[in-house]
Amino acid sequence: MIDISPSVMQFLLAFAVAVPLLGAVAALLPAPPGLKGKNPDQAVLRHGVTVTGAVLVAAIALALGFDHDAPSRFQATTDISWIPALDIRIHLGIDGISLPLLLMTALLFFLCAVYSYFKLPEGPSPKAFVSLLLVLESGTLATFAVLDLLLFFLAFEMVLIPMYFLIARWGGAQRQAAAWRFILYTLLGSVVMLLGLLLIGLNSGTFDMVALASDNGRGLSHTTQILAVLAIGLGLAVKTPMWPLHSWLPDAHTAAPTVGSVLLAGVMLKMGTYGFVRILLPITPEGMHTFAPYLGAFAAVGIVYGSLACLALARKGNKGDLKRLIAYSSVGHMGFVLLGIATLTPTGVNGALFANIAHGLITGLLFFLVGALKDRYGSSDLDTLAGVTGAALYGRAPRLGALLAFAAVASLGLPGLAGFWGEMLALFGAFDPAEGLSRPAFLTYMAVGAFGTLLTAAYLLVVVRRVCMGDPKAGPEVSLADVQHYEFAAWTPLVALTVLAGLWPATLLGLTDPAVQKLLAGGNA
Amino acid sequence: MTAPTVLAADTATLVQSVDWLAIAPVVVPAAVALLVLVADLFLTEARKPVLGWISVAGLAVATAALLPLRAGDRTTFCLTGDPAACSYTADHFALVIQFLVLAGALVTALLSLTVVREGRIPAGEYWFLLLSSAAGAALLPAARDLATLIVALEVASLPAFALVGMRRGDRLSSEAALKFFLSSVTATAVSLMGVSFVYAATGSLHLSQVADRLEDVPGQLDTLAMAGVALTLVGFAFKTAAVPFHFWVPDTYVGAPLPVAGYLSVIGKAVGFTGLVLVTVIAFPAYSDVWGPALAVLAALTMTLGNAAALRQSPDRPGSAVRLLAWSSVGQAGYLLVPIAAAAYSDRDQIGSTVAYALMYATVNLGAFSVAALVARTKPLNRISDYRGLYAERPLAALSMAFFLLCLAGLPPGIIGLFAKVVVFRSAVDAGLGWLAVLMAVNVVVALYYYLRWTALLFRPAQEGAAEGAVRIKTPPPVKAAIALTAVTALVLSGAPQLVLRFASGTLFPQ
Repeated sequence: MIDISPSVMQFLLAFAVAVPLLGAVAALLPAPPGLKGKNPDQAVLRHGVTVTGAVLVAAIALALGFDHDAPSRFQATTDISWIPALDIRIHLGIDGISLPLLLMTALLFFLCAVYSYFKLPEGPSPKAFVSLLLVLESGTLATFAVLDLLLFFLAFEMVLIPMYFLIARWGGAQRQAAAWRFILYTLLGSVVMLLGLLLIGLNSGTFDMVALASDNGRGLSHTTQILAVLAIGLGLAVKTPMWPLHSWLPDAHTAAPTVGSVLLAGVMLKMGTYGFVRILLPITPEGMHTFAPYLGAFAAVGIVYGSLACLALARKGNKGDLKRLIAYSSVGHMGFVLLGIATLTPTGVNGALFANIAHGLITGLLFFLVGALKDRYGSSDLDTLAGVTGAALYGRAPRLGALLAFAAVASLGLPGLAGFWGEMLALFGAFDPAEGLSRPAFLTYMAVGAFGTLLTAAYLLVVVRRVCMGDPKAGPEVSLADVQHYEFAAWTPLVALTVLAGLWPATLLGLTDPAVQKLLAGGNA
Repeated sequence: MTAPTVLAADTATLVQSVDWLAIAPVVVPAAVALLVLVADLFLTEARKPVLGWISVAGLAVATAALLPLRAGDRTTFCLTGDPAACSYTADHFALVIQFLVLAGALVTALLSLTVVREGRIPAGEYWFLLLSSAAGAALLPAARDLATLIVALEVASLPAFALVGMRRGDRLSSEAALKFFLSSVTATAVSLMGVSFVYAATGSLHLSQVADRLEDVPGQLDTLAMAGVALTLVGFAFKTAAVPFHFWVPDTYVGAPLPVAGYLSVIGKAVGFTGLVLVTVIAFPAYSDVWGPALAVLAALTMTLGNAAALRQSPDRPGSAVRLLAWSSVGQAGYLLVPIAAAAYSDRDQIGSTVAYALMYATVNLGAFSVAALVARTKPLNRISDYRGLYAERPLAALSMAFFLLCLAGLPPGIIGLFAKVVVFRSAVDAGLGWLAVLMAVNVVVALYYYLRWTALLFRPAQEGAAEGAVRIKTPPPVKAAIALTAVTALVLSGAPQLVLRFASGTLFPQ
C-alpha cells in the first residue's frame, strides 16, 4: 500500500522477531532510572506493553509496506548463514500466507500485555511473567517468519518452556499436571517432527523451505515423502491438535491463566496448521496426497467429536467448565482447518487459512470473556454460573452478555462474521477435492462436517442461553461489574476485526489465494 | 671391529624420533604431577594451597600447548621402517579431545581448590592423581597403537580409583572406590585379551596396520579376530559407562568428592568413547558389521536404562542430585554412542557428531556439577529438593543451573544442546538407523521430564522455615570462576553453535 524500501522491510521483520527476545532479557534486569514507574511491578508490566506495542507497530508497518500485488512472493527477506555445519541459514521472509498470521500474533500479544497490565493473573512476580510472555512472542513470530526447516523447528520448540511455566506458575487448579501433559505431548510430537525434517533435509540436500517448495518434492522419493509426512504430520497434528492427539489441550486450556489460554488458542495452535500448509503441502506433495484422505477423516471425526464433547459439557448438571468447553470447541474448529488442508485444493487451503485467522480472533475473544467471567464469579463452572435459571448476564452486565453472545454466534459461523467463510470454504473444498482423491470419501467428510456445524450451533446457543439469559433476581446475589475500560481496550480490536473479516473476506483471501495457488502448483504459478 | 658399528647403526634405525612439541599437552600435566608430588614433601601445611594453584596453572599451560599444534599435521613415535605407522598422532580429532580433557580437568581443578582445602583430603596426593589421570586421558586420543591405547586407558583410570576413595574415613567413599576398581580391572583385562587376539590375527598393534590386515584375515583366524574385536570394545564401553557396564556409576559418583564425580562424568566418558572411536573406526573398520549393530544396541540400552533410572530418583533422598546427574550421564552416554554406531552404516564420517555432542555435554555437565558443588557447601545432603528456592537465594547460580539443565535436555533457550542433539539425530537418520532415532526421540522426552522438574524447582519459592535458618555463605572465587567459565562458554556456543558443530561436518581424521 505504501512504499517502504526493501531494506527497511527487512529490518522490520528482523526487528519483530528479535526485539521480544531482547525485551525478555531486559525485563529481568532492574528498571533503568526514569522508567521505574510507580513500583517495580508496574514498571515491568509497562515494559511488556511497550515491547509488544513496538512489535505490533512493526507488524502493521510490514503489512502496509507489503506489496499486495505480489503476495505469493516472499518479501522482507533476510538470508544469512548461521550454522554452516548443519546448513542452517537465518532465512526470514513473509508472503500472503504468513503475513496475516504474523499480524494476528503481534496483535494478540499486544492485547494480552495490555490486559495483564491492568489485571495480572495471580502468581509469582510479574517480572518473570512478562519475560516469559516475550519469549513466547518471539518464538511464535519466528515460527511464522522463518524459511528454514531447522530454524522452524527451533522456533517451534522455543514456545514450550515459556508456556510450561505460564501454565504451571500462573495457572488455576491442577496446573502442574496440565503443564506436564502439555509439554511432554508437544515435545514428543516435535522430536518426531525433527526426524521428518532431517529426513527431508538429508535426502534433498537443503533445509531451505523456498528451495524445497519450488522443488515440489521432485528430489524426494515416494517412500521418503511418506515417512516425512508421517513424522512431521504427527508433530504438527499434536500441536494443532488433531483428534485423537488432542487430549493435552482441554487440560492445558482449563488450567492456563486467561492470557495463556488466549495465546494458546489464538496463536500456538496455528503453528501446527501453518506447518501443514508451509511445509507438507509444497515440499512433500506425494506424501500429502497419500495421507490426505486419512487426515480428512480424522478432521471430520474431530469436528463431530469436539462438538459432542461441548454439548455434553454444556448440559445442565454435568459440571462443565466453560474454559474446557471452549477448548473442545477449538478441537472442532481446527478440524475444519485440517479438513480444508486435506482437500489439497486452493479453495480448501484458503478456507483453512481463513478459518485459522477467524479462530484466532474469535476464540481469543471467547477466552478473554470467559476469563473475565471467571474473575467475577470466581469460577468458570457452567452449573455454578448458571444457577437454576441461568446466569442472566443480559440483566446483570448487559455489555458483557452482549459481547459473549456476539463471540458465540461468531464462533458458530454466522454469515457476516469471520467464522463463516473459513468453514464454508473448507466444506466447499471437500465437495470437490483435488484430482486423485476419493470424492465419495470427501463428500462424506463434508456431510459430517456440515452436521458438525449444526452441533456447534447447538452447544453455543445452549451456552448463550445458560449464561446470558435467565432471571437476574433468581440466582445468588452477586454484584457484577460490567465491562471495564481496559477490557474494552483489549477486546474491541478483536470484535472489529471479526466483523471486518466477515463482511469483507477479500482482504484476507486476496492475500492468501495467490500464495496458495503458487504453493500447490509447486512454486511455478 | 665391525660388529659394534653394525649394532650402532641398527639401534639408530630402531630409535624413533620424538616431536616434543606434539606431545607437550601430555607431558606438561605429567611433569607438573611429579612436581606437585615432590613439592608436597617440602611445603608446610599452611602453604599446601599453592599446590592447587600450581596444578591449575599446569593444566592451563597444557591447554595452551595445543595452540601451536592446531594445524593438526604432526605425528611422532613412527616406526623407523614404516613412517606411516605412528604411535602418536596429533590430528584434529586428537586435538579436540585433548582440549576437552585438559579444559575439563582445569574446571575440575578450579572446583577442587576449595574442596581440597576444606575437606580432609591430602593435597599432594590429590593433585598428583588428578594430573596423572588428566595426562593419561590426554594421551589416549592421540594414541594410535593398541598398546599405547591400553596404557593410556590405565593411566587415566588407575588414579581415578584413588581419587574416588579420597574422602578419608568415609565408608561409602572407599566402598565406591573398591567397586569401581574391581569392575574396571575386569573390563580392562577382557580388553587386553581382545587386543592379544587381534595381535595374534594381524601381527601388528598399530591401528592403521591392524585396519589394513583385518581386511583379509586368513579364514581360520577369522573367528579369533572377530572375538578380539568384540572383547576389545568391552574395556572402552565400561569407561563410557554404557549399559550393561554402567552399574558402578551411581555409587561411585555419590561416594566420590563432587569435583571428582564431575571429572569422571566428563573426562572419564571422553576417555571411553575416544577409545571406542579409535578402535572401531580406525582399527576395525573391516568388522563394522560386528561392532555396528553391537554399538547401536548398546546405545539404545544405555540411553533407555539411564533415563529410566534417572526418572525414578526421588528428590528427597540424600545424594539424589548427584545420583540424578550420574544416571543422566549414563543416558547422555547413549546419545554419544549413536554416531559411532552410525559410522558403521554410512560412508560419511559421523564421528564429528559425537565430538560435537561431547564438547557440549562436557561444558554443561561440568557446569551443572559446579553449581552442585556450590549448593553442597550449604546443603551437604545433595538432595534435589535442596535446590528449591535457589533463584531467590543466588539468582545467577540458579539461572546458570537452569541453562545447563535445559542444554542437557536440549530445549531452547539451551540452543547448543538442541543442535547437538540435532547433529546426533542427523547421523542416525543419515545412516538409516530409523529405529534408533525414534528411540532416542522418546528418550529425549523422558529426559526432559526430570531435567525440567529440577529446573522448575529452582524457581519455586523456598519452603517455609528453610529460609530463616540458611546463612548466606560467600561463594569461593574458584567455584564462581568455574560456574562463570562454563556458563559463558555455553552461552557463547548457543549464540554461535558453529564453533562446535563445525566438527560435525567434514572429517577430523587425516585422509
